[in-house]
Amino acid sequence: MRRLSIYLILGTAALFFLLPLYIMLVTSFKTMPEIYNDGILALPHHLDLYAWHHAWSGATIGASDQGIHPFFFNSFELVIPAVIISTAIGAINGYVLTHWRFRGANIIFYLLLLGTVFPFQIILLPMAWVQGQLHIAGTLIPGLVMVHIIYGLAFTTLFFRNYYVSIPHDLVRAARVDGAGFFRIFWRVMLPLSTPIIMVTAIWQFTMIWNNFLFGVVFTNSDQQPVTVAINDLVDTVTSVHMWNVDMAAALIAAIPTLVVYLLAGKYFVRGLTGGAVKG
Amino acid sequence: MGKLILRDIHKSYGKDEVLHGINIETGENQFLVLIGPSGCGKTTLLNIIAGLEHESGGDILLNERRLNGLSPKDRDIAMVFQSYALYPSMSVRNNILFALENRRVAKAEREQILLDVARLLQIEHLLDRRPRQLSGGQQQRVAIGRAIARRPTLFLFDEPLSNLDAKLRVEMRSEIKRLHQQLQTSMVYVTHDQIEAMTMGDLIAVMNEGVIQQLGSPESIYNDPANRFVAGFMGSPSMNFLPVIAREETQGLCLRVAGPEGDGNLLPLPGKLQGALRSQLGRRITLGIRPEQITDPGSAREGEALHSIELSAELLEPTGPDTLVFTRLDGHSLVARVHPSTQLQEGMHTTLSFHMERAVFFDPDNGTRLA
Repeated sequence: MRRLSIYLILGTAALFFLLPLYIMLVTSFKTMPEIYNDGILALPHHLDLYAWHHAWSGATIGASDQGIHPFFFNSFELVIPAVIISTAIGAINGYVLTHWRFRGANIIFYLLLLGTVFPFQIILLPMAWVQGQLHIAGTLIPGLVMVHIIYGLAFTTLFFRNYYVSIPHDLVRAARVDGAGFFRIFWRVMLPLSTPIIMVTAIWQFTMIWNNFLFGVVFTNSDQQPVTVAINDLVDTVTSVHMWNVDMAAALIAAIPTLVVYLLAGKYFVRGLTGGAVKG
Repeated sequence: MGKLILRDIHKSYGKDEVLHGINIETGENQFLVLIGPSGCGKTTLLNIIAGLEHESGGDILLNERRLNGLSPKDRDIAMVFQSYALYPSMSVRNNILFALENRRVAKAEREQILLDVARLLQIEHLLDRRPRQLSGGQQQRVAIGRAIARRPTLFLFDEPLSNLDAKLRVEMRSEIKRLHQQLQTSMVYVTHDQIEAMTMGDLIAVMNEGVIQQLGSPESIYNDPANRFVAGFMGSPSMNFLPVIAREETQGLCLRVAGPEGDGNLLPLPGKLQGALRSQLGRRITLGIRPEQITDPGSAREGEALHSIELSAELLEPTGPDTLVFTRLDGHSLVARVHPSTQLQEGMHTTLSFHMERAVFFDPDNGTRLA
């Protein structure tokens, strides 16, 4: 009885989250007449791929009618360097803050922590000014990439710092006596122990940057925009009829990369968040 | 080849001075032991020798080369850590080779050194394992192997045996000592274990509160302690300390144990101590006498000045090779070490012989040695 009620509650909760996904999925495979005539929960009569095809390569977004695919690739061009660079710098920061302590290290760490509670909006104006000064305003690379690297540093540093704190300092001391320098110790001793936290940080940054809309809409011009902004434009583009199926298909396409990342690296995410580093 | 000189080493953290001028000079290829209770500064001193911490003042010289300001890798040292600090992601082989690669030793030579070290420490069959697949004793061997591979001028050991179980600790103790004989290299060894200090050291520095209390051979530290701290710290069970008063009696200068109601038992003073303690006449001083110097009359050696007292055995601790007798003399607790064949039961009275020749005396106020 108790078990049954638990399953009931869990089932309801799952339904609550899965229902919108279900609606998106079935709608994306329907034709427009089906959408108008059948109920919202009804299954499509047959799998119609028109909406997916149109969303990918035909829909009108801004001035072009190539669908969302250029913007989808824009997002990759943004995410890949931004994730790699912000993770790498976060790793170095965390390494310095834990194993190369300097005067004021704690103050710097707490200031960095402050960065994790800044809302996106706070940095818009100062960042726009900086980008103007650097003559990179409106660009995807390096403009938007830079925004995401800087905004992400607080998080990546925090992750790596908290992970490296549990790695015994004697390893660094031993390596120093063994004749290794700052970067060699990082490369040969710390990084090989860092797989879980690299996964956590990379997934976190990938999701944050891929799904981000505000920075994209503020800091890039039309053909440089990431896919999130393109979807918004697609939905906003008013033509004679609102193509619900195309909207749904475009949104699903944009969601696929984050899903794939979770499926591939999700086990590291859980492990990295719960597990400690190395036992001495 | 190696001769270490520490000259007036100071170390402060802010206003807190933790090392107050350390002076040590070792002989050629000596085994120096730094010993003291936790917080005495021995590990800080080791880190300063290694270059992992910076001295606030003083000089460090290794073979007449000044090490101050050099980074650890330029000091020609190797170190074994209490936690072993083996690189978890590297195989045993790579743990040993790491330092050699850092120093750009030629590949053929590296491989030769690896084989030599592995053979010396009998870890040839472990070379492809990861540290976590090794037992504590094996990790210890690898950590020592990693240090040896470097062929440094000076080895530093930071309490390397304290994570091992008792049996393994004794084995590794003699193994490190044997290595010292084979390698003919200076070693500095930090420990809080006085057996390790006594058994391994050529030279022992007993430290307390950032000061060297005594620097000397194991024999002189044990038999001729500089002060009450050294006397009490070295030796297990600890030396007995009794408050006594020097009195002039018919047979010359004697000691009376200060009991709860004035003078207690009489302890005679051997001739050589009479002169030294005459100036203390009538003063309350501290007598130090080791448990093995209070024993059953049967264990006494020929020709030693003995004084026998009948005492009650309150508690017995048979250790095997001998039996510890816990008793009281004029209200002061006392430990004696008797031969295990001595027929004794708890509560029984027995005669204990005091070897007063070996007794030492301290000022009760500041613990300095009087005689």
